[in-house]
Amino acid sequence: MISGVASLARQSAMIEVQGISRVFSVGDEQVLALQDVSLSVHAGEYISIMGPSGSGKSTLLNTIGLLDRPDTGRYLLEGLDVTRMTDEEQARIRRERIGFIFQFFHLIPRLTAAENIELPLVLASIPPAERRPRVAAMLAALQLQERANHRPDQLSGGQRQRVAIARAAIIRPAVLLADEPTGNLDRAAGTEVVRIIEELHANGLTVIMVTHDPELGRRAGRRLRMQDGRIVADSDHDAAA
Amino acid sequence: MMRLPDIGRFVLRALTTARLRTALMLLAMAIGVASVVVLTSLGEGARLYVTGQFAALGSNLLIVLPGRSETTGGPPPLLGETPRDLTLEDAGALGRHHAVRYVAPLVVGSAAVSHGQREREVAVLGSTASLFAIRNLQMDRGSFLPAIDPTQALSVCVLGSKLARELFVNANPLGQWVRVGSSRFRVIGVLAEAGVSIGVDLADIVFIPVASAQALFNTSSLFRIMIEVQDRDQLPAAKKAVQETIRVRHDGEDDVTVIAQDAVLATFDRIFLTLTLAVGGIAAISLLVAGILIMNVMLVAVSQRTAEIGLLKALGAPPRQIMLLFLVESVILALIGAVLGVAAGFGSNWLLAQAYPDFPLQVPVWALAAALGVAISAGILFGIMPARRAARLDPVVALSRR
Ligand SMILES: Nc1ncnc2c1ncn2[C@@H]1O[C@H](COP(=O)(O)OP(=O)(O)OP(=O)(O)O)[C@@H](O)[C@H]1O
Ligand SMILES: [Mg+2]
Repeated sequence: MISGVASLARQSAMIEVQGISRVFSVGDEQVLALQDVSLSVHAGEYISIMGPSGSGKSTLLNTIGLLDRPDTGRYLLEGLDVTRMTDEEQARIRRERIGFIFQFFHLIPRLTAAENIELPLVLASIPPAERRPRVAAMLAALQLQERANHRPDQLSGGQRQRVAIARAAIIRPAVLLADEPTGNLDRAAGTEVVRIIEELHANGLTVIMVTHDPELGRRAGRRLRMQDGRIVADSDHDAAA
Repeated sequence: MMRLPDIGRFVLRALTTARLRTALMLLAMAIGVASVVVLTSLGEGARLYVTGQFAALGSNLLIVLPGRSETTGGPPPLLGETPRDLTLEDAGALGRHHAVRYVAPLVVGSAAVSHGQREREVAVLGSTASLFAIRNLQMDRGSFLPAIDPTQALSVCVLGSKLARELFVNANPLGQWVRVGSSRFRVIGVLAEAGVSIGVDLADIVFIPVASAQALFNTSSLFRIMIEVQDRDQLPAAKKAVQETIRVRHDGEDDVTVIAQDAVLATFDRIFLTLTLAVGGIAAISLLVAGILIMNVMLVAVSQRTAEIGLLKALGAPPRQIMLLFLVESVILALIGAVLGVAAGFGSNWLLAQAYPDFPLQVPVWALAAALGVAISAGILFGIMPARRAARLDPVVALSRR
């Protein structure tokens, strides 16, 4: 019985988005940011989302990351209907299961690199003795040891994004959501950042990345294309078709 | 929820980063608290000073005034009936009560006092030897009025120190004659420099026996009778006895007012307490101003740190956590400001005490507690709005800004 449930969980998708829509009202106008979007993501997938500006990529990512609530539709994360959850419960899921990487890094300027990486553990009230080795391991993995006590304004763009990746990965999330992580970096730094993200994926992390760079987008195992709030192409389905 | 030391570290980090903002808010809070401390201690000092002056007079004092006090109400006096005067006989009768230690009748007038070419217009007090003990008087030289039958006139007088100096310059006044009004009196004593005692400048005064004063001012009535009771506990009983005695002597009429020194003291006490409260309240307004400043500066901080708040939310900080972080920030500001203010207040008091060593400066405990309480409440109260605004920020919007 118990093994039956476990195998069922393994088969079902980690992320199950079912017909969600999101409407923004700007003045009198209604902007359909997402229109009846459905998407299944299995654990361990590496997905890129591409599409023109304003096509709803960020909105979809924010919905998956529980930063935004859809107006209609259902969203199951690891089998739980998270759309029904309170803000407090959603915050807990974000704390424990979701890692974010942003185009503008969003490091806290007054904290050092190590402290920025430690922040999710602090928010999850993990005791300091347990935090220290995890931060040290993360710094080592991303070759940031020498920069541990530097503040963000003393780091290069690539280093900042590496700190942000370390911060997202330190909680060992179920899914890593990256919204144009290379959008603010030069090619070399961007390639390095993607290499690190792919390394994390190789170690079993599920990755969903929004990008404008076709070359980077092509590297993903599964590629989605969005337009006018809909997923218009999905390499998985195309392959199946 | 974050661990307490982590919250403390996070908030202190934010405060030490925004140094100017922190310093301004601390200054505003400190000024508010310091002004409460200084102003209330001035008020409290004034209260202690005045009540101390009264206490020096002796607190087991009764004062009998002719005429009924208006505050007791009762029917208006019948036509043609005027309150009976207080007389020396009344005073004598009061002295026979066992609870009474001293009785001093008092006649007050003013007259020209002269010696040779020098002349001054001063207050003339007719009384008896008992007044010396009742008012805790001190002699500079010679002796006070002799203990004689109060009804007996005697041509002796005691001069206040200033009057003695002005009439005799450096010469010894003892044994000399002065003219008071139309009569001549021999100087038998000079009072010590006692300063002002409840409205009467004892330095600028001449004492003569009460019967002589009555003759001088051509009256048989008394200005008032001062009574010192054996023991403070007997004050209420003595007061009743005095009223009873006078009523019997005045054909059953309650036509005098008896004031206990205690009551006067209590009245002054109340007046000064009210004054201190009022002054403290005015000072507390500056605390409110400081609170409003904290609110505004925290609102600016929230909008400056919008991206940070968005990030904290993305990392899974629930709204309550964000609210707590910002609330703790404003409360810590208020608290440190209040502590600085208390220190500054005590510092100013110390300086004042150096400048005016005679004035008893004392910070009332209730004012200290109230100042700290109001400061911290202001921190919470005015911190709530910015903290709520931070907690309610939409993370997507907050993060879309750089
Ligand atoms: N908070 C908002 N208020 C109003 N409209 C919004 C809001 N957020 C997004 N939109 C609108 O929703 C649509 C989808 O926005 P979204 O940010 O998801 O696009 P995107 O694909 O990420 O674009 P880009 O490539 O420029 O980042 C756009 O038309 C946008 O203007
Ligand atoms: Mg976008």
